Amino acid sequence: MKQTSNKETLRKVLKLIQPYWFFLILSILFAFASVVLTLYLPILTGKAVDCIIGKGAVDFATLLPILTKMAIIALSTGLIQWLMNICNNKMTYSVIQDMRQRTFTHLQVLPFSYIDKKPVGDMVSRIVADVDQFADGLLMGFNQFFTGVLTILITLGFMVMLDIRIALIVFILTPSSLLVAKFVAQKTHVMFEKQSTARADETAIIDETIGNLKVVKSFHREEEMQRRFDKVNEKLGQYSLQAIFYSSTTNPATRFLNNCIYAIVGVVGGLLCIKGDFTVGLLTVMLSYATQYTKPFNEISGVITELQNAFVCANRVFALLEEEPEKASPSETIPHFDGTVQLQDVSFSYTPEQNLIEHLNVKVDAGQKIAIVGPTGCGKTTLINLLMRFYDVDEGSIYVSGKETRSVSRESLRSGFGMVLQDTWLKSGSIHDNIAFGKPDATREEVVKAAKASHAHGFIKRLPQGYDTMITEDGGNLSQGQKQLLCIARVMLALPPMLILDEATSSIDTRTEIRIQKAFHKLMDGRTSFIVAHRLSTIQEADLILVMKDGNVIEQGTHKELLAQNGFYTKLYMSQFPENMKKA
Amino acid sequence: MKTLKKFMGAYKKETVLAPLFKLLEACFELFVPLVVVRMIDQGIKKDNMAVIWQSGGLMLLLAIVGLACSITAQFFAAKAATGAATAMRRAMFEKLQKFSFTEIDEVGTGTMITRMTSDINQVQSGINMVLRLFLRSPFIVFGAMAMAFTIDVEAAVVFAVIIPVLSVVVFAILLSTIPGYRKVQAMLDQVLGRTRENLTGGRVIRAFRKEQDEIEGFRKENKTLRKLQEAVGRVSALLNPLTYVGINIALVVLIHQGSLRVQVGALTTGEVVALINYMSQILVELIKLANLIILVTKAIACLNRVSEVLEKELTVEKEKTLAESSESSDAYVEYRHVNFAYEGAGDLALEDISFQVKKGELIGIIGGTGAGKSTLMQLLCGFYPVTEGTVFLDGKPVDTYETNTLLDKVGIVMQKPVLFRGSILENLRMGKQDATQEECWKALEIAQAKDFVEEKQFQLMFRVQQGGKNLSGGQRQRLSLARTLIKKPEVLILDDSASALDYLTDVNLRKAIRESAADQTVFIISQRTASIMDADKILVLDDGKLIAQGTHQELLDTCETYQEIYYSQFPKEGSHEADK
Repeated sequence: MKQTSNKETLRKVLKLIQPYWFFLILSILFAFASVVLTLYLPILTGKAVDCIIGKGAVDFATLLPILTKMAIIALSTGLIQWLMNICNNKMTYSVIQDMRQRTFTHLQVLPFSYIDKKPVGDMVSRIVADVDQFADGLLMGFNQFFTGVLTILITLGFMVMLDIRIALIVFILTPSSLLVAKFVAQKTHVMFEKQSTARADETAIIDETIGNLKVVKSFHREEEMQRRFDKVNEKLGQYSLQAIFYSSTTNPATRFLNNCIYAIVGVVGGLLCIKGDFTVGLLTVMLSYATQYTKPFNEISGVITELQNAFVCANRVFALLEEEPEKASPSETIPHFDGTVQLQDVSFSYTPEQNLIEHLNVKVDAGQKIAIVGPTGCGKTTLINLLMRFYDVDEGSIYVSGKETRSVSRESLRSGFGMVLQDTWLKSGSIHDNIAFGKPDATREEVVKAAKASHAHGFIKRLPQGYDTMITEDGGNLSQGQKQLLCIARVMLALPPMLILDEATSSIDTRTEIRIQKAFHKLMDGRTSFIVAHRLSTIQEADLILVMKDGNVIEQGTHKELLAQNGFYTKLYMSQFPENMKKA
Repeated sequence: MKTLKKFMGAYKKETVLAPLFKLLEACFELFVPLVVVRMIDQGIKKDNMAVIWQSGGLMLLLAIVGLACSITAQFFAAKAATGAATAMRRAMFEKLQKFSFTEIDEVGTGTMITRMTSDINQVQSGINMVLRLFLRSPFIVFGAMAMAFTIDVEAAVVFAVIIPVLSVVVFAILLSTIPGYRKVQAMLDQVLGRTRENLTGGRVIRAFRKEQDEIEGFRKENKTLRKLQEAVGRVSALLNPLTYVGINIALVVLIHQGSLRVQVGALTTGEVVALINYMSQILVELIKLANLIILVTKAIACLNRVSEVLEKELTVEKEKTLAESSESSDAYVEYRHVNFAYEGAGDLALEDISFQVKKGELIGIIGGTGAGKSTLMQLLCGFYPVTEGTVFLDGKPVDTYETNTLLDKVGIVMQKPVLFRGSILENLRMGKQDATQEECWKALEIAQAKDFVEEKQFQLMFRVQQGGKNLSGGQRQRLSLARTLIKKPEVLILDDSASALDYLTDVNLRKAIRESAADQTVFIISQRTASIMDADKILVLDDGKLIAQGTHQELLDTCETYQEIYYSQFPKEGSHEADK
């Protein structure tokens, strides 16, 4: 089974190499030429030795042309080797580039149900470390596998030409070296796999701890984290030791066998010389071939372990690549957003065991402001995941502008919405770039205008480089509120036909919020908007308030209507006034 | 290099034994050509079969001893390399955890992760190969040269010329590739950063339909990376061909030289063959050495990046020793003329802050976004050193406290709730290592998290995924609250940590906190006036300055900013009266 899966991987790897077949063929040609020339050199050496018979008996007339030939061949071999290396580099690095690109591209279409579950560190390690390891293995593979195999074949040919008896000895004995190599490779494969898993585990811990160091420190739980880390680290150390040691026994073992072959060739050759049908020069050539012939076996076995490691890494990358993407959506678009949204009998849950939203019906008219309220964890954010099609509904349908959302492209659907989330994400880049995220060609004036509208202009101005200040990974030194203001400015600039504000102002002080609200009001004017909020004061003017609890909309209506019902909403609403609570 | 010494220290035995056994193996290898000389000159030339059989036996024996030596060496090398790398990862993790908040702000998470993973991996294989080959290869090179000299000085001169020439070539190539490899590594960091970003910001990127732009951006970086790799590759691809050409030209000269010596009777044919053998041994080892050096330069570059972190001087450690203050305060918590600026920022984030708090008081902190509320409280936790002035806790300046003691006294619940992979129980025990199940449930109850934890499968043993991805924002927030509550700190700081909770839960939460520990001093940072209205004292911050302090009523009467905040949340004074 392992064999077939390896074959499968090989097939995929070959497919990756396919676009570079030209370099591949060049590389093989160069390898061929280089090997032939490299192997021809010992023959010349042997001939040269045979010219040196003894004192006063050196055949200079034959020797000197041989030496000149040797020099020329050495030079051309060097040149060919260099060209081959360059071809291999080109091919390998291009394949890595393609592989990274494909993985990254694939990330963009992976469903959130996958991304939300996978540790970020693990995925990053696949795209960066595994691709790299795979590449190293591949480079070694190209460099050595071809030359190795060619060397073996051509040496064999030369040996048969020179002396069939010794060639036979070598030919019969060498497979032993291959068997040893194969045996070791099989043993180590498991170790490498274990090493890889332990490494991924450790990366996840590193990612988690180093990424959230402030929290760890605020509980001075460094020791606890260290303990957790040590446990995995220790395990990784052990697996690495085993993997490295066992794989490194290949070389000594095969080298030992080679040395034995060398000794046997020496003895047989020596005896043949005494018998008289063999020369010292020929013996030199044969001995040098015996080493050259077996050396590639060494290298190939080295390559095999390396390739095996590379294959493990490649498989991890392929696994990510083959992860089912989001269901392809039709290319049909929503030509015009009329602002209506309708949820019809929608059911959804993240896990099959736990029902969340069940048979939800909501109808929204153009330009309405819809507020969604309810206790924590009641499914408010889920509703947004569904509207934006980050997740697809299990049952029922959502219609936007009269179209079933699954009948149009996600792109088109999402282009209708502007979204500000509670989780403030900014990309690394300048403040300007972040605000202009949805409209990259925006001028500085437009960016400043959006920043002013979202009241972010004030603090941006005070930053060292103003709008050109670079934001480090994950927002760096900006406060949650400042990040949120930037997220709002980002939407203000994009001006989408519909809005989703998920706790958009949760980290902003209410004074600023009031001002932003004004801007939002202007923005929302005529735009269908969904607002998730805790502060009920901010949503009183909504056209429709959906009160959610445990995944269901239990009440809906305007503020006035809901208060009149004196139900759950009233309870929620009253709770924000401490005086009322006391009286209640 | 210093760093390496430290980590190899624990593996002294292995570090010495591995190369030693390799040397032994090399010695036996160097004998082989001499055996061949004897075979040719004593055996073949003199028709002595016994000598040939003996020589063959000797070669076999050398092979067996060689095998034993090299396997031993491989083991020690692997042990030292993996051991050192494991220790290095551990040390780095430990060091990173010692970073002060300022330093955490400075360094990027992405590059730290590469350093801990792929860089240390490279160092590991570097160490491994160095132990195996670094002594062996030069030893064979120079050993072969020495042997050559013992055979014939005049012919061996070729060795003395070619070895330095090739060494220079090898080093020139290697030195010229180092900057290139550094650039490659830096680019790799960038690629990694973008990948991370795309995973964490997936929703926003897709909402703005920026997938194509991101792919395009990645394509550019990825391409640059390839170009850099190819550029370095072109130069280092010269290495093997050049050594090959060098050695073979030397071989030609050697044979020519040897033939002249044989002609005059100074050398035998067997000896010429031995010289040729030594030359080809040198070729093999030089190529190995060159490859090794490539690996080592990469490893050294990686090692430097690792040492950079390990040897980084930590600011807090330095200042801790300086701050033995004799000042004291009568109040439980006091800020005395505190100024604070973030590292590298020009403006003060907090300016001349002074206030006092009695034990057991409930303090509300309110103010606009970026007013410095969080910063104010982080100073009390000792996360950042004050720029000027003093923060007192329990009479003593905060910076005279041992970090552990201080964090035992002060518990903070941060704005962004962060949970760790593991069970809920394990997460809670971050707050108190030996917390019993009972204590956990108690803390969950106060944090208003009991209900939803009870509903979870396995309850306290429910597995939280990395970053708490399988919980909602509000659930995460309540769990992170419980995590701090469980340690029952003398000072509890809630940094806007109920923002994802609805009002009802928020009210119940505050009630429960007060009821559970009456003498606990509590600071609540909040955007909602409702959350802090019944505080004993409210601090109003604006743009880094403390503009007013007092009770809700006092502030409502006197402080304009407070009024503005209050009325922004309760629009019409009479509105809720009317609703009743």
